[in-house]
Amino acid sequence: MNRLVLNKIILLLSTVSAMIGIGFLFWILITLGYKGISSIHITTFTHDMVNGGIRNLLVGQFTMGLVATLIAVPLGMMAGIYLREYSYGSKLAAVLRNLSDVMMSAPSIVVGVFVYAFMVAPFGTYNGWAGSVALAIMMIPIIVSTTDNMLSLVPQELREAGIALGGSKHKIILQIILKAAKVGITTGILLSFARIIGETAPLLFTSSNNQFFTMNMNEQFPSLTVSIYNLATYPDEASRELAWAASFVLTVIVLLINLIGRYATRSK
Amino acid sequence: MNAKLFRQFSFFSATLTFFLLVGIFAVLFDYANESIREFGFKFLTIDTWETGEDGYGGVFGGWVPIIGTLMSTLIAMAIATPLAMGIAIFLTEIAHGYLIKPVSIAIELLAAIPSIIYGMWGLFYFAPIVQELFGGNGVGLLTAGIVLAIMIIPFMAAITRDAMNTTPGALKESAYAMGATTFDVIKDVVMPYSKAGIIGSIILALGRALGETMAVAFLIGSVMSVAHRVTDPTISIPVLLANNFSEAQDLQLSSMYYLALLLFVVSFAVIALAKFYFLRRSV
Repeated sequence: MNRLVLNKIILLLSTVSAMIGIGFLFWILITLGYKGISSIHITTFTHDMVNGGIRNLLVGQFTMGLVATLIAVPLGMMAGIYLREYSYGSKLAAVLRNLSDVMMSAPSIVVGVFVYAFMVAPFGTYNGWAGSVALAIMMIPIIVSTTDNMLSLVPQELREAGIALGGSKHKIILQIILKAAKVGITTGILLSFARIIGETAPLLFTSSNNQFFTMNMNEQFPSLTVSIYNLATYPDEASRELAWAASFVLTVIVLLINLIGRYATRSK
Repeated sequence: MNAKLFRQFSFFSATLTFFLLVGIFAVLFDYANESIREFGFKFLTIDTWETGEDGYGGVFGGWVPIIGTLMSTLIAMAIATPLAMGIAIFLTEIAHGYLIKPVSIAIELLAAIPSIIYGMWGLFYFAPIVQELFGGNGVGLLTAGIVLAIMIIPFMAAITRDAMNTTPGALKESAYAMGATTFDVIKDVVMPYSKAGIIGSIILALGRALGETMAVAFLIGSVMSVAHRVTDPTISIPVLLANNFSEAQDLQLSSMYYLALLLFVVSFAVIALAKFYFLRRSV
């Protein structure tokens, strides 16, 4: 075949692939918007699941997400700091960095059954803490990776300036380097929060779900995503509508956080 | 904060992921022990999943979910790989400045959509189309494979794009100066240069697809039998866990942990291969 023709064909196919990708995004968003908006009423946000709303589910999902963030952010950031500031270039750092990346892609359902084994089975009840820990395990490697990446962008001169001022290592890290990387790390935390807030599989056997409003994390805890999974398979129309409403709200939240995160990095 | 304490805490945090991996392996192995002793490696080929009549014991084997997992992943990879390559080529070699940004954002947003949303959408909007076109009852291996493909495409495309972008401009320009077409440049300059990154992205996406739960749970049909046609419903390891884990006890629960262990080990091996060998990050 003429190589000019072949060239045209390949370029056309590539363009078509990009259009297919974008097509699916819009297809999903449009159906979601259509089904979601038509299923949402004011009571959706004021009632709990037991009365046909998602109030308790939203509060529950966010509570678990926030607790997970509180666990994962200090651990993940400190790990990133160790990899970049304390063991930069060492063999150990390279291995730990790669292992953390591997953890990032670990099957989420496995994290769920892992946490079940030591936070649900011994107590005999699903609970919100277990859900939070499962989400935190998903979140830590993402925070490690962003912290590591963002610290690598901090100019070496800043570290040297800190040393020249006679600052101790941890003072330099806390007062100079972290300040310089603040925007990037905050964005990373935001994006990883968006990742875990939409997770379902790690929550199925840890928090499970609760139809009623509760803030007691020692008992079964309401989850938006687990509810969507349950509701979508019910045969009645009202349940399905609630599932669509919940899906719509979840997607809007996740995509908004993503766009905000992206905007924050761009404007920098 | 005390300097020494700060350093120790950061060291502890950095090693945490290692201990998590070891911990996950140990816990899964411990819980799977009963099933491993009962069935051994024959577990892989036993094609029944039945509780004993008195509710205790029974025969549990991984054949059906293992095949289901492999087949759905295979279908997804076959569809996703060419499309993801196409998108990466579009973003690196074809699109002009003003197009790159919106297309990149769209692809990244596609990656950000939670998997349960793909499942919902797939079940109510995509499954009927597959049924119309290919027969069957909508849910099955093919539907699960296609939606799985849509899920991993953005992920694969993003890493491939980053790998392709590392090709030095001077190399490409030299080829163009010799009269090469864009495709020649892609085939003979960009692809060879970014080979490791591209292979890495494919393997990484494979690892993701193996462990994906929620999208597949809606779409694979959850039937405990091997699919003979692509439109037949079957089940995968993550979906079996998602559906039956909470009611399982004793030997069945242990067998579920056996499956989880297999999934964990295989996906760990696949992802580690991608990360340690193909996608080594230059520090």
